[in-house]
Amino acid sequence: MKEKIISIIESYGRTSGRLMDILLSVQAEFRCVSEEAVSLIASELGVSEADVNQTKTFYHFFTTKPVGKYAVYMNNSVTSVMKGMYDVVDEFEKQAGIKFGQTTPDGLLSLNYTACIGMSDQEPAALINNVVFTELTRDKVRKIYSDMRDGKPVEAMFNEFGDGNNANQLVKTMVKNNIRRRGNVTLGEYEVGKGLTKALSMSSQEVIDEIKNSNLRGRGGAGFPTGLKWQFCSKETGDKYVMCNADEGEPGTFKDRVLLTERAHMIFEGMAVAGYAIGAKEGVLYLRHEYKYLKAFMESVLAELRNKNILGNNILGKGFNFDIRVQFGAGAYVCGEESALIESSEGKRGEPRNRPPFPVQRGYNAKPTVINNVETFCSVVKIIENGSAWYRGMGTEESAGTKLLSISGDCKMPGVYEIEWGMTIADMLQMVGAEDVQAVQVAGPSGICLPPSQFNRKIAIEDLPTGGSMIVIGANRDLIKDVVLNFMEFFEDESCGSCVTCRSFNMILRKQVKKVVDGRGIKSDLDNMLAWGEIMRKTSRCGLGQTASNPVSTTIKNFLDLYNARVKDAEYQSDFDMHKAIEESCEVVGRPANIHE
Amino acid sequence: MSKPIIATASLAGCFGCHMSILDIDDRILQLIELVEFNKSPIDDIKTFTKQCDIGIIEGGCCNSENVHVLKDFRKNCKILISLGECAIMGGLPAMRNGIPVKECIEEAYLDGPTVGENKERILPNDEELPIILDKVYPLHEIVKIDYYLPGCPPRADLIWKAVVALATGDELNIPYELVKFD
Amino acid sequence: MSEKVKFTIDGKEYEGAKGQLLVDAAAENGVYIPVLCHWKDVIPAGSCRICTVKVNGRFVAACTTPVEDACVVENNTPELQDIRKAIVEMLFVEGNHFCPACEKSGDCDLQALGYRYQMMVPRFPYAFERRELDATSPKIFLEKNRCIFCKRCVRMIKNDKGQSYFAFKGRGKHLEISMDKKLAATMSDELAEKAMKVCPVGAILRKEVGFSTPIGQRKYDNVPIGSDIEKLHK
Repeated sequence: MKEKIISIIESYGRTSGRLMDILLSVQAEFRCVSEEAVSLIASELGVSEADVNQTKTFYHFFTTKPVGKYAVYMNNSVTSVMKGMYDVVDEFEKQAGIKFGQTTPDGLLSLNYTACIGMSDQEPAALINNVVFTELTRDKVRKIYSDMRDGKPVEAMFNEFGDGNNANQLVKTMVKNNIRRRGNVTLGEYEVGKGLTKALSMSSQEVIDEIKNSNLRGRGGAGFPTGLKWQFCSKETGDKYVMCNADEGEPGTFKDRVLLTERAHMIFEGMAVAGYAIGAKEGVLYLRHEYKYLKAFMESVLAELRNKNILGNNILGKGFNFDIRVQFGAGAYVCGEESALIESSEGKRGEPRNRPPFPVQRGYNAKPTVINNVETFCSVVKIIENGSAWYRGMGTEESAGTKLLSISGDCKMPGVYEIEWGMTIADMLQMVGAEDVQAVQVAGPSGICLPPSQFNRKIAIEDLPTGGSMIVIGANRDLIKDVVLNFMEFFEDESCGSCVTCRSFNMILRKQVKKVVDGRGIKSDLDNMLAWGEIMRKTSRCGLGQTASNPVSTTIKNFLDLYNARVKDAEYQSDFDMHKAIEESCEVVGRPANIHE
Repeated sequence: MSKPIIATASLAGCFGCHMSILDIDDRILQLIELVEFNKSPIDDIKTFTKQCDIGIIEGGCCNSENVHVLKDFRKNCKILISLGECAIMGGLPAMRNGIPVKECIEEAYLDGPTVGENKERILPNDEELPIILDKVYPLHEIVKIDYYLPGCPPRADLIWKAVVALATGDELNIPYELVKFD
Repeated sequence: MSEKVKFTIDGKEYEGAKGQLLVDAAAENGVYIPVLCHWKDVIPAGSCRICTVKVNGRFVAACTTPVEDACVVENNTPELQDIRKAIVEMLFVEGNHFCPACEKSGDCDLQALGYRYQMMVPRFPYAFERRELDATSPKIFLEKNRCIFCKRCVRMIKNDKGQSYFAFKGRGKHLEISMDKKLAATMSDELAEKAMKVCPVGAILRKEVGFSTPIGQRKYDNVPIGSDIEKLHK
């Protein structure tokens, strides 16, 4: 073990800045990062064990005890539950004879839950040893388990692959693209290198001006003007970085997965354009661990681009040097927050930074850094190619261009749609074949839960901004129990915890929702939830905490009747349950659990 | 109101808060003028003989009997006051919260250093005994509580000021030194 | 001499140095903004959020925000006071703070804020989540139940190689403070004393010493936290 770990550390230059990669490699090699491994890594890197442990324990996919030879990570996001996750869970547990959270005694199989893995249009889905299994059923689980007993490699457990590059030799996944609508930008026609060639014929300021004029705004959800971000960064001096945020973790989002699969060249090309514009030589694409199955493919694309001299030294003979590496995450939603992503890329806990300074001033390795979303970089390429006026011709006045939507839930045609900004929710529902809709969750759990009375609203930054997640919730769903509670459990798990309001209020709010679901809520609980959610919004450090109360606040606002039907109009209601409270002690001492009241 | 009637009880507490009531010293003579006592260890009335105005409770709820007494107080008192840290947040008895009940009981009756002879490993299970709860509960998590007087114990002056304010309807101004959690 | 800036807090005009953190600039002017994680001249953590103020209408942490010329700060508004009180109450329910049994009682910043805001009972339900006590170091106890995640120890207690004695472990609801057992085994008395001193609560306590100041004479027995700052300009 020792030699192997030391060679891993050597391969990453013996620097704690690459601790994520070291831990990822150790976990992959030994199915865990044991205490001995931590001790060795600490002493080799010259840091304390506490330092290594703080990074290790932050991420979902690092374990102290070995995961099973087959490590199942079942997605428990809302769409997975809607599409029958509990049947799949039940079948796994029955077959394996263990519960989720456990490993079989023979070490064959471990069962764990994980947050959204970006497959919301093909749920229930799970990762088994980083290989994606979609549209799981009891039958499929039985077959998978029998294959496990036979010792088959996971890759050999299926032989039908998804469309497009999903069937590429280096990918070979069953994941489907489900591209339902192509627009003219990110999923339209694309010729490798055309955008960059044009960019390199312009001055870097001209490139920035073109992006500024296009009114392109960040596609991750926050909608910050891309050109302005680049302009800020270009004014800084010294080494700079370009980072691509490919950590889409907002439940219900999967459009970046499709771009990574079908537009990998375009993403890297867009990063190179950004590098040229701001004066950076290095780029990092931060890819979520859930998309590990794309690793070999992404690296082959990078190699291809280097061969074509679209990356590397003296790019296209214009004297511009730029190259990119892929950094993997290890399971943490908060790393989608740009400063947390930077911390993670530096081998640390993915805790958001305080601002100021902003990443454009002090980002990766303390150098000025531009971070943009996958879709933003793709858009950049087409804007440079076709000009800002062309781009502004699409969408609305304030939201130029097109937007990719990841649509899932109760609809006939879940998948990825490239639309022009400005489409109404009603039109969107018609487009995806959704009927009898109770609500649409716009922009994921951190967005808003929209009632039918507001379906005439527009998908646009000025009205309903979104990173692209759209979850359609049918009339037959129990909105509070199936959706709101699931979202609050998600935030409770995914809060980094380093700012205490986000950490605690998510726990507190989740409990209050549970109280209501359990039929012990009263009217004042609703007022409290709103007030406490407000405190979390006002005081939390990053976007996660500032929006984590949205599942509660937007549903109380928009679906008050559902709550009122569940809460009592009483002054006080105890959450205390005498029978539950005495159960255990009666059993321990051996007496009947009877109360004479 | 006419002379208000007060009841008091100590649940999972140490009687320290009741000691602090007595610490009002000679003002106890004024107190007798101001209020009437009903069910309370102070006058040894065991059961409610009439509807009371103010119930003052020390200690949290650690067993089924505490819950019973607390609910009885809620029924018989217009105003309920949580007196002291144990009533407000469980206090020292709540340090067992989070430890499985099984471990607590076994430590107390079988394995602890102060356990005497218990060769048969008998655990108290007579049906007459109160049943231990899974954790110690603050009072307000079981019934509605109207006022809280923190401290371990609450300072005698705080209790005095609060009771006088309630009995006379005067405004309660609490100086900094009187609100303490220890 | 650094550039001076003028700003207002709750309508009154003050002066500070450009780039200075708002919380420090306020303190120099005799205005108390409560803090738990802040420690002057140490890289801010911005983790406890108790110093939340409104600057030009936006909620920000005063411990991470530099003071700007002409900025308008709200500090002692009923809204902010309630937020701060709520944060104190929230900290009391999410950890296990048994003041009567804690030797930091009377000198504890969290408790003192409870006094300052006259917290009678937290508005939130108690969590009673148990965390283990780490007594492996010969010099200190690490009572994780009392930790409020301020990261002062993480940021300030290091050896001469820059290695951390303390670090976070886990995340979200499983987050806890942890101690590097190997380093803590050889901790000096001076560092142990410093660790206890920087901890705003009773999470880090020195072994074999304690309860040295009688009740009635402790730091916050008779004067509210922040009085030292507020006295400056009275």
